[in-house]
Amino acid sequence: MFGTLSGGLRLVGRRTINAVWRMGAATRFMGLVLLRSGLSFRRFHLMIDELHFAGVLSLIIIIVSGLFVGLVLGLQGYETLKRYGSAEAVGTLVALALVRELGPVVAALLFASRAGSAMTAELGIMKSTEQLSAMEMMAVDPFARVISPMFWGGFLSMPLLAAIFSVMGIFGGYLITVVIIGVDAGAFWSQMQSNVDLRNDIVNGVIKTIVFGAAVTAIALFEGYDAPPTAEGVSHAVTRTVVTSALAVLALDFVLTAFMFTGV
Amino acid sequence: MQRTTLDLWVGIFVTAGVGALFVLALKVGNATTVNASDGYHVIAEFDNIGGLKVRAPVKSAGVVVGRVEGISLDTRTFRANVALRIDKHYPFPKDSSASILTAGLLGEQYVGMDGGGDEQNLKDGDRLKVTQSAIVLEKVIGQFLYGKAAETSAAK
Repeated sequence: MFGTLSGGLRLVGRRTINAVWRMGAATRFMGLVLLRSGLSFRRFHLMIDELHFAGVLSLIIIIVSGLFVGLVLGLQGYETLKRYGSAEAVGTLVALALVRELGPVVAALLFASRAGSAMTAELGIMKSTEQLSAMEMMAVDPFARVISPMFWGGFLSMPLLAAIFSVMGIFGGYLITVVIIGVDAGAFWSQMQSNVDLRNDIVNGVIKTIVFGAAVTAIALFEGYDAPPTAEGVSHAVTRTVVTSALAVLALDFVLTAFMFTGV
Repeated sequence: MQRTTLDLWVGIFVTAGVGALFVLALKVGNATTVNASDGYHVIAEFDNIGGLKVRAPVKSAGVVVGRVEGISLDTRTFRANVALRIDKHYPFPKDSSASILTAGLLGEQYVGMDGGGDEQNLKDGDRLKVTQSAIVLEKVIGQFLYGKAAETSAAK
């Protein structure tokens, strides 16, 4: 009885200490990434490669999902707003939902599962096949040569991907409500424009995507760098990347929303 | 060769992303409406502002001419001071009046400005004296009931 209790306590303690240790290691890791990112700006093609990897290859999933999210929002919003005789407000609904919340959050979740997991896997396998150590042997700094271009590529792609997601979503909402159902196009756009504010809605949405991009990329890179150098270790690290970044995105979204959209 | 096709794709991606940001800013948002910097401030005193909020539009003849910038209570007179910022392209006569109106049945409240006949225009920091407060439903119902009661007692 006492044995299992103390064993459980010991387990909790070990987990907690481990979590704190990893937090510290992640902070140090990010510090190194940022400190040694000079090379990624001097040798720009390193970053172009990573923009291609994180951004261009995620485009298809972002465009298709954005379109479908917009279609669903338009359809659901229309069905509900119709009852109150304000079907034209569906433009406002779709635009605000996408620009404030769904665009940043869903794009970040897709980005974590499409690009973040790939970054973790790449880095984890580079580590387990000792490519990172080989670089160090040749006096090539893996942080400057591999990791920080990856970080900046992901960091820069995320706001662009989220903006494309939002625009595709609004286009989807336009398609379903104006083209197919027949809501008045002028009212759709004018209601949207009069209720969506540049500073309060769009700029805040972009700030969210920047924060999410940094968080997801940092988590993906740290998990890859920290992965045990085995096949199983890399697979666990990829899973952890997706789970942790999803949780981080949702938690950060709550905090940012509380700062941005409450009060006046 | 490989490098150039890759550059092309990244170029397309970045252009599409920046373009999407511009679409959001210009087509979806209202970047083109009343600018924050140019305009003049006037203060309107109301007995009751109802549900008026900061950033609510100020309209004259249905045209948005400004925004509500601040709401505060004057503790000497116990009236609400509503600070309005009006676009400098729209000068109003000094004796203009302001009223709090509602857009639609359930819509949000906004400030309606009616131009007066004075030869001088409002300047920065002027106060609007002629105002009409928001309609508070409970008060309207209360007045209606009083009126009804007075009618029935008079008829007896």
